[in-house]
Amino acid sequence: MDGIIEIGPFRLLAAYAFLVLLLFLVRKQGIGKEKEIIISTLRMTIQLIIMGYVLVYIFEQSYFYVTLLVFAVMLFFAIRNIFARIKTPVTKKLSRVIILSMITGTVVTTFYFLLLVLSSDPWYEARYFIPIAGMIIGNSMTGVALGVERLIGDMKAKKQLIEGALMLGATPKDATLEITRDVFTSAIMPTINSMVGMGIIFIPGMMTGQILAGASPLVAIEYQIAIMLGILGSVSITLFMLTRLGYLTFFNRWSQLEENSD
Amino acid sequence: MFKLDKVRYKNIISVDDLIIKANETTCIVGESGSGKTTFLKLLNHMVNYSRGTITYRGEDLKNLDPVLLRREVIMLPQTPVIFPGSVRDNLLIGLTFSGKEPVDDNRLLEEMKNAGLNKSLDEEAEPLSGGEKQRLALIRVMLMEPGVLLLDEPTSALDEGTELQIIEYVNNYLRSKEKTLILVTHSRELAKSMGDRLINVNKGIVTAVEEVA
Repeated sequence: MDGIIEIGPFRLLAAYAFLVLLLFLVRKQGIGKEKEIIISTLRMTIQLIIMGYVLVYIFEQSYFYVTLLVFAVMLFFAIRNIFARIKTPVTKKLSRVIILSMITGTVVTTFYFLLLVLSSDPWYEARYFIPIAGMIIGNSMTGVALGVERLIGDMKAKKQLIEGALMLGATPKDATLEITRDVFTSAIMPTINSMVGMGIIFIPGMMTGQILAGASPLVAIEYQIAIMLGILGSVSITLFMLTRLGYLTFFNRWSQLEENSD
Repeated sequence: MFKLDKVRYKNIISVDDLIIKANETTCIVGESGSGKTTFLKLLNHMVNYSRGTITYRGEDLKNLDPVLLRREVIMLPQTPVIFPGSVRDNLLIGLTFSGKEPVDDNRLLEEMKNAGLNKSLDEEAEPLSGGEKQRLALIRVMLMEPGVLLLDEPTSALDEGTELQIIEYVNNYLRSKEKTLILVTHSRELAKSMGDRLINVNKGIVTAVEEVA
């Protein structure tokens, strides 16, 4: 078996029968979410169609700067998404740390992955670069969003402990050690948990895609293992930077909690 | 030891000129809400004054390393801070934070006996009563051998008799070691019996300084 079965527009329409079924069930039970369901399905359809055409264009070009531009755009939207997800106000200093962590973690990992692990030729070949960068950026984004929320929450909730530690002569780093450890652990756990279930509970999305496209499952697992390690690396680097630099933004130069100073 | 010159902090503290001497017990007396706690926090540089100067041993506080300052000028807050872990962990954490050598269990037990804390070292610290937590926090600070102790009166957790007992213990200990105690209290009586000098504070303004004969 080689190549992939093309679904084609008419059979694709048949898949929308699931949507009709859902609408029928929702209406019958009086749940009243028809509008949201239709809008979500439409958005999914339109967004993917646009994405398809954009990717066709990008994959056909062979300019490194187009690939890098797409990378930058993805990174930009991921960072924007982080700020949209965090519900508490973020200080300017912490915002800078978030941006710096995201850029460093994803750039380092993506390039390491493409140049060393995959050694694609040319390195900027969009067919490899874009999906891999997408997975790395997307997972790092989730990790950082979780981490930032936890960091801000804990710094607020444990203010008394931090002040107590400072009054006992602790450095800001020691006073927040428990917090930064918790932030790192809690934000990296989803990535670690997803590795545990992989191959037993579900077939990862990228593997599914490759297998459907006719790749041998053995090649597909090689990619899957490599990308999971890449994701783990990127999430680790971004979170390490976030915690290492992030706690500092809550203190001023006299090692006082920032809000206490004028 | 401390010299305050035209110090302003928000609308809470306004001190024109004040000297706190070394190796003495100074009591700061005033109603609750008169800025006494904030006053202590200015001395260990936990809050930043917006105007004026505070010097410690002749050095401007703003030029001193705040972490090193707080290892010498140690504050015991009104509500004791308990860290996750056992009684032992909590007693030793001050030494750990300040980079000092830990002490052995015998020393810990001896200090606990002196301060009237009758607990096992392996016990979790969080479930202790308010009074026990206060004693624990006090022993923790004493183990660090502070040059200056800033003591915010522990009224909330203790009854009057116990409070007096503890403050007396601290005061005698620090006097015997020729250290400085700055005690914040609402009780003039207590201040007169313990202090060498009384600083009366009202709404963040020093109204009178009295020498106790």
